[in-house]
Amino acid sequence: MTDTIDVELTVNGTRHVANVEPRKTLADFLRDDLELTGTHVGCEHGVCGACTVLIDGQAARSCLTFAVQVRGAQITTIEGLANDGQLNPLQQAMVESHGFQCGFCTPGFLMQITELLNENPSPTEAEVREALSGNVCRCTGYQSIVAGVLRAAGQPSTANSGH
Amino acid sequence: MPLLALRLASPAVLIDLSAVPGLDYIERNDGHVAIGAMTRERTVERSEVVGSLVPLLTEAMPLIGHLAIRNRGTVGGSTAHADPSAEIPAVALALDADIVVTSAPRGERTVPAAEFFQGFFTTALEPDEALVEVRFPVAQPGTGVAFEEATRRHGDFAMVGAAASVRTEDGRIADARIVTIGVSDTPVRCRDAEQELVGSAPSAEAFEQSGSLAAGACDPPSDLHGTTAYRRHLIHVLVRRALEKSTSRSGDK
Ligand SMILES: Cc1cc2nc3c(=O)[nH]c(=O)nc-3n(C[C@H](O)[C@H](O)[C@H](O)COP(=O)(O)OP(=O)(O)OC[C@H]3O[C@@H](n4cnc5c(N)ncnc54)[C@H](O)[C@@H]3O)c2cc1C
Ligand code: FES
Ligand code: FES
Repeated sequence: MTDTIDVELTVNGTRHVANVEPRKTLADFLRDDLELTGTHVGCEHGVCGACTVLIDGQAARSCLTFAVQVRGAQITTIEGLANDGQLNPLQQAMVESHGFQCGFCTPGFLMQITELLNENPSPTEAEVREALSGNVCRCTGYQSIVAGVLRAAGQPSTANSGH
Repeated sequence: MPLLALRLASPAVLIDLSAVPGLDYIERNDGHVAIGAMTRERTVERSEVVGSLVPLLTEAMPLIGHLAIRNRGTVGGSTAHADPSAEIPAVALALDADIVVTSAPRGERTVPAAEFFQGFFTTALEPDEALVEVRFPVAQPGTGVAFEEATRRHGDFAMVGAAASVRTEDGRIADARIVTIGVSDTPVRCRDAEQELVGSAPSAEAFEQSGSLAAGACDPPSDLHGTTAYRRHLIHVLVRRALEKSTSRSGDK
């Protein structure tokens, strides 16, 4: 009874045409069909933020979006941030600030931060914390993540950069 | 989507309305602001038209989940979903919004918010109907608004919350609207608490009395996040705070 639907979308600048089950989430499509396993799946109901990707530049939960809903869209995943193996400034700042430990939450955080910095290149610490409030990290205690964002944005930080 | 992910709902047919054109708009009409069902919550949050004409809705937006949730969640989806803790239904009820629904055989009809929310995730929508628009009345001059909530973590659905819209004229309260959420199977309009205020001068005692009436009028559930008595206490405090804040923002400016 499950028909499949044709989907055409662009992921990190590459156009893909695929035939997917309508019930397949964007997260599963990215991970299983396109083998882009940088997008992580934690809670699968929108709460943890690990699966956050950009849909036409806007942060969204890929676990709450069906692949067939984003026909024609531009998707950006964590794999789309580095350029030719060279970390982008945000990724570099995260490394320097020790903004992750196990790294499970990191792709979701970086995609949410990417939207934030695109809209507001010089956020205050309060704005960073507000924007990141929907992403859960079980390791770092958040201080080093906030410090990493502020470092990337060239903003002063009272957050401890983590050691 | 969470309902599907948690297998709480397993529909045979699922319709993606984002492919339907013409449902994503914010329009100023006579006396109200009409918002199309597929308008994203984030679009409403940023809308200057909404900010100046329906400030209670703008006030409510940042309380809904997080950025990534509001980027995708829609006004129609939240209204049709009718979660008793959701903010948009509370605003619709407080402002006496009209909800426009349509079906192929019978065409369009308009349902007042007071009749729309009927129970847990249950609305006046018939199985063959879709929600197309919510019409929020424009706030009259002199109106102040506030939305106060108690949540376990920032961005969570509220454990309980209170929305207030107060209009003052010549130092007296000319209109008061109070809605509480998370206290029943629908958002609850607190008419006795409103009545208490209309015609009187704003005072700490009046707000205290209103908070107490609102708390007395609701019978919130008890669960591991909080007992009935605790939630009732929160309602008392939040209604009082929402009234203080909205009144301080009201009046001729
Ligand atoms: C982690 C998380 C936190 C959240 N926190 C909050 C919060 O604090 N406060 C809050 O209010 N909300 C919150 N939400 C809900 C969210 O803001 C959306 O309102 C909700 O998910 C509805 O999403 P949607 O608009 O995509 O509708 P959908 O998920 O597509 O639809 C919801 C329901 O409404 C029906 N429906 C949708 N559109 C129509 C229509 N036009 N006509 C008829 N029926 C329709 C659908 O069939 C479905 O039953 C949260 C969601 C998540 C995932
Ligand atoms: S996996 Fe999508 S938000 Fe947790
Ligand atoms: S680094 Fe381990 S969850 Fe965030």
